[in-house]
Amino acid sequence: MRSDGNRAAPLGLRIAAGAGLLFLHLPILLIFVYAFTTEERSYQWPPPGYTIKWLAVTWHRPDIWEALILSLKVATISTLIALLLGTLCAAAVSSARFFGRETISLLVILPIALPGIITGIALRSAFNLSDIPFSTWTIILGHATFCVVVVYNNAVARFRRTSASLVEASMDLGADGFQTLRYVILPNIATALLAGGMLSFALSFDEVIVTTFTAGQQQTLPIWMLEELVRPRQRPVTNVVAMIVVLVTFLPILGAYYLTRDGDRIAGAGK
Amino acid sequence: MSRSATAILPGRRGLAARLADALWRHPRLLLLLMLVLPVSWLGIVYLGSLASLLVQSFFSIDEFSGLINYQFTLKTYRELLIPANLDIIVRTVSMATAVTLAAVAVAFPIAYFAARYARGKWKAAFYIGVMLPLWSSYLVKVYAWKLVLAREGILTWLFDKLHLTWLLEAYLALPVIGGNSLSVSYSGTFLVFLYVWLPFMILPLQAALERVPTNLIEASADLGGSPRQTLRHVILPLALPGVIAGSIFTFSLTLGDYIIPQIIGSSRLFIGQAVYTHQGTAGNIPLAAAFAVVPIVVMGLYLWLARRAGAFDAL
Repeated sequence: MRSDGNRAAPLGLRIAAGAGLLFLHLPILLIFVYAFTTEERSYQWPPPGYTIKWLAVTWHRPDIWEALILSLKVATISTLIALLLGTLCAAAVSSARFFGRETISLLVILPIALPGIITGIALRSAFNLSDIPFSTWTIILGHATFCVVVVYNNAVARFRRTSASLVEASMDLGADGFQTLRYVILPNIATALLAGGMLSFALSFDEVIVTTFTAGQQQTLPIWMLEELVRPRQRPVTNVVAMIVVLVTFLPILGAYYLTRDGDRIAGAGK
Repeated sequence: MSRSATAILPGRRGLAARLADALWRHPRLLLLLMLVLPVSWLGIVYLGSLASLLVQSFFSIDEFSGLINYQFTLKTYRELLIPANLDIIVRTVSMATAVTLAAVAVAFPIAYFAARYARGKWKAAFYIGVMLPLWSSYLVKVYAWKLVLAREGILTWLFDKLHLTWLLEAYLALPVIGGNSLSVSYSGTFLVFLYVWLPFMILPLQAALERVPTNLIEASADLGGSPRQTLRHVILPLALPGVIAGSIFTFSLTLGDYIIPQIIGSSRLFIGQAVYTHQGTAGNIPLAAAFAVVPIVVMGLYLWLARRAGAFDAL
């Protein structure tokens, strides 16, 4: 009997799948070439020459540093909030069946399922109505809201795989609830939380749509980039920043992958 | 046995231990404690904001003073339904539909290969190959396409090297989908949307395809079904929840995006841009809110249908 495992894929399928993957990756690779181009005024291809001058120019730009630091701060705090809320919610949803359980899982997905602009303008109109001035904290409020779902997805997947009998065994052996939490539950879900946290960090670090509505004068790195895209001032600097952003976001993604690869594959599903 | 061991142990001492025991004995209380924080956050911050948005859409703006008139009225919704605004809605929904259909077509081979043929190292490579583009910076991806589609960019160069410039020009001369260059045409906007949201279709689709039992496919073949028939009558219906789950993302994300059409595309507005302009420069928050209600209604319908089709199990 034949099974899929030892049969080669049809040629057409292989070509279509390969072409699809190339489509996903070639544009990003292009960024790496453009970061070293000597061309300043246009997006000319092929680049007329290569230089590393723009790396140094970018390094000495204070506005980029400020934006980067704000982005890191916002991403860190939002991730911590999301970790707390997402884990609690996941634990509740996976530990019991109760009235409104489906509604809660829908509620968690909603900030991601509805377009970002809705979340953005809804928050903005709420801030307006209640006279909350825009600040770093309004940005964080928005980010934490949609980061919850990432942590939640990872935690729920892990809770589903973690057998409830482990907890019961721990209790039978005389541990109290807090000891069980500390020695049984947390070690079991730690890597899933770390993965969820990393992805949530990457999501917040990169967010622009909601941020444009919840930020006042502050510029996060994506907002800085958006400004440059709409009104280019120094194209080579933008190229370099784009390359750095790609490199910086790759690390948490690969990290999250290695932490969750055995078993629950849905680390990033439902960004 | 003379002395029977008691089944119930004496309570533990210490406040923390007693608390832990109480929580274990009253799982409902524990559940409530776990839910109170996340539900109140999402309920107050998120649903509260949505409610305030909804309320604002029933206010109107005073044409002379430009101030918001805090009186219940349907005037703003009448304004929403003028032909120019309906155009924006139709344009956005058609774009979202086109992007979703194209995403299914492009994602299916990738997801199918990854789910049924890729093993071991290849499987990991496919997974990473989808995850990296999914999680790399949205703006960087849009920027990359600005580089690709620019008149002096790599795509024009490629067509030139292949001596196919005439083909590109003929395509750009087409009405509606063409334009001065790819970066200011609907085709450009469409390509970028497709690129940016494609991984959101691949992942749930792959998850759904992996859940199609192999023995059903074998049974179909045993009963004389050709590969094409098996695909049409066995695999596709079983993978449908995955397609729906993916389409929720591609559809919703396209409906609400205002950055991609602003950077790559013609100057004609999409819903997101309309919301952004009305709340920003025009200061017409009621109309912006009414515009924002459109994707909520569309997505609400969509999610309700998707839930009935069982798509949330594939998320």
